[in-house]
Amino acid sequence: MKQKLEIKEDNAVVKARAKQKYKEGFVTDIESFTIPPGLDENTIRLISEKKDEPQWLLDYRLDAFAKWQKMTQPDWAKLNIPEIDFQAISYYSSPNANKENAPKSLDEVDPKLLETYDKLGVPLHERERLAGVAVDAVFDSVSVGTTFKAELEKAGVIFSSFSEAVHDHPELVKKYLGSVVPSSDNYFAALNAAVFSDGSFVYIPEGVRCPMELSTYFRINAINTGQFERTLIVAEAGSYVSYLEGCTAPMRDENQLHAAVVELVAMDDAKIKYSTVQNWYPGDEDGKGGIYNFVTKRGNCLGKNSKISWTQVETGSAITWKYPSCVLRGDHSSGEFYSVALTNNHQQADTGTKMIHLGKNTKSTVISKGISVGKSQNAYRGMVRVAKKADHARNFTQCDSLLIGKSCGAHTFPYTESANMTAKLEHEATTSKISEDQLNYCLQRGITEEDAISLIVDGFCKEVFKELPMEFAVEAKALLDISLEGAIG
Amino acid sequence: MLTIKDIYAKAGDKDILKGLNLEVKPGEVHAIMGPNGAGKSTLGNLLAGMPYVEPQSGSVEFLGKDLLALDPEERAAEGVFLAFQYPVEIPGVNNMYFLRTALNAQRKYRGEEPVDSAQFLRMVKQKIKAMNMRDDLLKRPVNVGFSGGEKKRNEVFQMGVLEPRLAILDETDSGLDIDALKIVADGVNQLRSADRSFIIITHYQRLLDYIEPDFVHVLADGKIVKSGSKKLALELEEQGYGWLNQ
Ligand SMILES: Nc1ncnc2c1ncn2[C@@H]1O[C@H](COP(=O)(O)OP(=O)(O)OP(=O)(O)O)[C@@H](O)[C@H]1O
Ligand SMILES: [Mg+2]
Repeated sequence: MKQKLEIKEDNAVVKARAKQKYKEGFVTDIESFTIPPGLDENTIRLISEKKDEPQWLLDYRLDAFAKWQKMTQPDWAKLNIPEIDFQAISYYSSPNANKENAPKSLDEVDPKLLETYDKLGVPLHERERLAGVAVDAVFDSVSVGTTFKAELEKAGVIFSSFSEAVHDHPELVKKYLGSVVPSSDNYFAALNAAVFSDGSFVYIPEGVRCPMELSTYFRINAINTGQFERTLIVAEAGSYVSYLEGCTAPMRDENQLHAAVVELVAMDDAKIKYSTVQNWYPGDEDGKGGIYNFVTKRGNCLGKNSKISWTQVETGSAITWKYPSCVLRGDHSSGEFYSVALTNNHQQADTGTKMIHLGKNTKSTVISKGISVGKSQNAYRGMVRVAKKADHARNFTQCDSLLIGKSCGAHTFPYTESANMTAKLEHEATTSKISEDQLNYCLQRGITEEDAISLIVDGFCKEVFKELPMEFAVEAKALLDISLEGAIG
Repeated sequence: MLTIKDIYAKAGDKDILKGLNLEVKPGEVHAIMGPNGAGKSTLGNLLAGMPYVEPQSGSVEFLGKDLLALDPEERAAEGVFLAFQYPVEIPGVNNMYFLRTALNAQRKYRGEEPVDSAQFLRMVKQKIKAMNMRDDLLKRPVNVGFSGGEKKRNEVFQMGVLEPRLAILDETDSGLDIDALKIVADGVNQLRSADRSFIIITHYQRLLDYIEPDFVHVLADGKIVKSGSKKLALELEEQGYGWLNQ
């Protein structure tokens, strides 16, 4: 006879499943050049030298490093962060032994690397590439290649690794680097400014609608290394771009640090749509290992009527500290933040957004969906600030939490500051649980427990998923299902 | 079709079913009446495999299978449908999508091809009409914001689409206005066939004016204490349950 089914976290089947579920957890066996662990001025000089950087960039790095040394790690988030030994981390690892051997084109890329990206479902070869999506593939500290570069160039779009951009378009990089997230912004941003390695650079000229989706796939492979990605997207007046990033890492018992900075700039009438599917290794079911994902992402709606939209699906990382934000400087500019953050097992997430209204008639929308499973902790932290001159600013924030199981937590920290009487700020928040009654109802109709949870979670996330480019919405949904596995015993 | 033999079962910590026997043959409609708290819903929940009912002893055979050995979702796919006394709300999940997921899950279990959304739409169109369901209810989240009567009608609509072999209706007539009652009865009558059976739990003989039962049983204190024809329902309506104890 069937015994009572119950939502539980501790049975053996669940544990076994949790172990298998991260299918991106493999290691690529490849020779690499990795600088020894440790961080001082020489480390920074070495990184800069490896990248053959101009003096002004080295100076920028050293200045940031000096600032970082005077700063302390922030502790205001609802996170329990074990102490990080910054001297035990290696800050640069490249799968090419030295610069002279670096591939000039994708044909020269080490087959092992190509194979890795095949396995991850992002084939880089001409034949198998995803149609309509250009990919920049970053492996540890370097970009191994960028697809569709020539096609994009025809449209005037620059899409390259950050390192290449430093050489090919120094004037643009110099103008915008640090213009949205200054190196003094916060502890992790300062660290990134000092030691950043690779990321993507995007420039969309005036009036151009980028002819395809742009995306970057970040892969951590080397052991004991940190990844310090730097991405910069500039959209000139009247242009449009949709950009997507994905990321994965091997399963390891040691935590690894990923501290990224992403800066977006949108001029008059420009629109940037930035989507993230974050699937860093979350650690095992006992909370061992996983990526520390400490990220500063900010968009500057500099021009009139410009728009920046962040969409994120966060399922990975042991700890997530991330607040993609918009500075709404141009009049009539708008910012959006759509987020699904799912935490399982011992994962912790403190994520949300900041909407800073500076211009008149600026508008922002925040839709956050937090799902907590297992023993995880999931916090939404959001700030809406309206400056004195920002007449008729409007914000709508909706923040929903869904709990699955009995040992997890959901928290909401909304902050609002308004210095203008005409501002209209709305905030809605809900917390709900998947009840046994709901599951039983689904079971009685023939739907398995796992499918029932996925159905309910899907419904919960609908508003966010519809913001993702179609093919990625499918991927995100699948990812969520995998991350939910073992939610119920 | 269904043979319940000497079932004892607990709901929560309480002994509720105490030696219940019932035989339902293909095509039959059995009405079950009885005082509040007698165990009628517990019987329905037991058959559906709801985890809050724990069988202690006895057996249930359904279409040649040991029903109690099956998971609730397997029972559903084998053809057991329970229209709940209190249908549950599922926010965010579209009613139509929910029902198609359910149908396809059952079809998969039975080794049948899934139906796509276009096929499904065609399938349900005519059932919607028959149930006189408002279209917008189908687009809304499952039972969320439905009136009591709309929830009950939705249960019968689901039954119509899933086409079970054994349908248990737990007070589906409660809270229905007279028009809705006819619609629900219609929904049941349309499904009546030689190989489909019904257990209809009700407090009112009025429903049985519209759905002709083959048998009427009285369930009291965890067992069937009296069985009879439709006439029994009329007697109960007039005299209540008290006389059964005398
Ligand atoms: N999960 C449960 N935990 C504890 N007691 C329960 C549980 N479910 C039912 N009961 C109890 O079992 C008894 C029978 O309940 P049941 O719902 O089967 O009665 P019923 O015949 O359907 O009554 P009604 O006509 O009021 O619907 C009641 O006393 C009820 O309180
Ligand atoms: Mg009842």
